Amino acid sequence: MAKIPNYRLPFEAPIVEMEARLVELEERYTSARTGEESAANEIAEQVRRLRRELIGLIRTVYANLSPWESIRVARCDARPQTRDYLTLLCDQFIELHGDRAVGDDQAIVTGLAHVGERKVMLIGHQKGKTLAERQAANFGCAHPEGYRKAMLKMRLAEKLKLPIVCLIDTPGAYPGIGAEERGQALVIAENLREMSQINTPIVCVVIGEGGSGGALGIGIGDRVAMLEHAWYSVISPEGCATILWKGAEHAPRAAEALRMTSREVLKMGIIDDVVSEPLGGAHRDHREAGSNLKSYILRALNDIERQPREELLDRRYARFRKIGVFTEGD
Amino acid sequence: MAQKRPGSASTWQEHSESKRVPEGVWMRCDGCQATLYRKEVERNLSVCPQCQHHFSINAWERISQILDQDTFEEWDANMRPGDPLSFNDRRPYPDRIKAEQERTGLKEAAVTGQGFIKGMRVVLGVTDSGFIMGSMGSVVGEKLTRALERATEQLLPVVIISGSGGGARMHEGIFSLMQMAKVSAAIARHSKAGCLFTSVLTHPTMGGVAASFASLGDVILAEPKALIGFAGPKVIQQTVRVQLPEGFQTSEFLLEHGFIDRIVQRSELRSTLAELLDYASA
Ligand SMILES: [Zn+2]
Repeated sequence: MAKIPNYRLPFEAPIVEMEARLVELEERYTSARTGEESAANEIAEQVRRLRRELIGLIRTVYANLSPWESIRVARCDARPQTRDYLTLLCDQFIELHGDRAVGDDQAIVTGLAHVGERKVMLIGHQKGKTLAERQAANFGCAHPEGYRKAMLKMRLAEKLKLPIVCLIDTPGAYPGIGAEERGQALVIAENLREMSQINTPIVCVVIGEGGSGGALGIGIGDRVAMLEHAWYSVISPEGCATILWKGAEHAPRAAEALRMTSREVLKMGIIDDVVSEPLGGAHRDHREAGSNLKSYILRALNDIERQPREELLDRRYARFRKIGVFTEGD
Repeated sequence: MAQKRPGSASTWQEHSESKRVPEGVWMRCDGCQATLYRKEVERNLSVCPQCQHHFSINAWERISQILDQDTFEEWDANMRPGDPLSFNDRRPYPDRIKAEQERTGLKEAAVTGQGFIKGMRVVLGVTDSGFIMGSMGSVVGEKLTRALERATEQLLPVVIISGSGGGARMHEGIFSLMQMAKVSAAIARHSKAGCLFTSVLTHPTMGGVAASFASLGDVILAEPKALIGFAGPKVIQQTVRVQLPEGFQTSEFLLEHGFIDRIVQRSELRSTLAELLDYASA
């Protein structure tokens, strides 16, 4: 029996079904090759046709995703996370764990890295793959120590004159007793203030989930981008649905109302760019997703450096300063 | 996968209404259940004379309690929110705004301007916890940022008095989130110019407001027993599934954990601010 990939995204069912048919057909071709040539050629032609059909199907399904379906892609278990990108992007990575205060928060990874020709400080949320990893990282919900660690490493980058790359992927900062006792609101606020003044280029990319203050806490940069299927919002769709429509089951409706997809957030002028994902989502082709992200980061850093260095902080200030929709006068 | 998705900056369901002094001649105190003469409570700065329970007060009452009489000059008084998301929950966002404006007499959740405290010039911002729960959208963000920028230009101290159960306002989506970044960056510049920023936390100060300007004071004061925190207690309870400790996320809790400088009774707030400002006017 052919191996059917387990994507678990309901709208991918016809894709998964067609992929299974393709695998079956390819197996038939393999066994037919030892037999009559014309029969083998006939199957080969069917394989080619089905491959084209499959690409067309994936394209159609992905071109018509609802906001909620796009969020399902962003949360997909198989989607590459920060540690995957570390392997895909970096020729070297020296992880630096310490926040010098409380402990090592597994939900935020920081370290020195080579990306192409560049040396950078890389900071990213990590959600974890296995259940044990997920629990250790609180599913990517960072504690104050994670945000403190990130700020300490950003200061180091500033001192070493290295640019900073932030990969954002969190449902939100952790809502817990310890987190409050150790100043969750304060550390996020401090990161917002300090990142506006860190005097080295910063590129931020939402690679999966951009959940509220927990995302923004490492999200102040000279360029801010989102991967195609990432989401970025003031509140999670479940949180919004619970408050407004009295139940998390209304999350699809909230996802639409909050305009949290990359296309919408770009249109509103909040982010600078959308980074394309491989056909059918980053989870289908980690290598291509990594290569897209890598070229975006390198291009963004080059762009930033083309502008006068002494204007860096003023430009970063202006970037966020202009955001807001309001009217004045009578 | 049993992932619990946190409600992030949301605390809306929990503090739907900050308790104001109710209408009528007599009223009951939420703190001690005593029946009180309303006029007497108001004369006492809306604090229960028996148990010192601090009722929420609106932005204008706050300003008149803090500033020297008739010294307030309001800035950006006509700024009103847009509707960038065409947001509609049970009613369209513009209708909700209109209803809130009529109910509160305010145009938005923040009032900003300049005035004097015991003769010392100060830039003042107040968020009113009664206007869509004191939540921050584009107008609150823009007003506070402009106030901070003007203070930076003129090298003036800033006082912001926060009351916000709503945090970053959901109805304006990611625009609200970005106001946290905008105001915090303006605070950085004000600070670099060597000016004093005093943050006063009142009941409740939560979510995106707590996680931005409210926590960034050089000096942070709080009224007694105010609820202050990032995540709402209900969201935390649902996530950790243990009993929250007594007094969790109160002013007293924050003082004990080192996150605020002083708890100040409302009757002492004006004089405390004046004493602090005096140190910044050397
Ligand atoms: Zn009382």
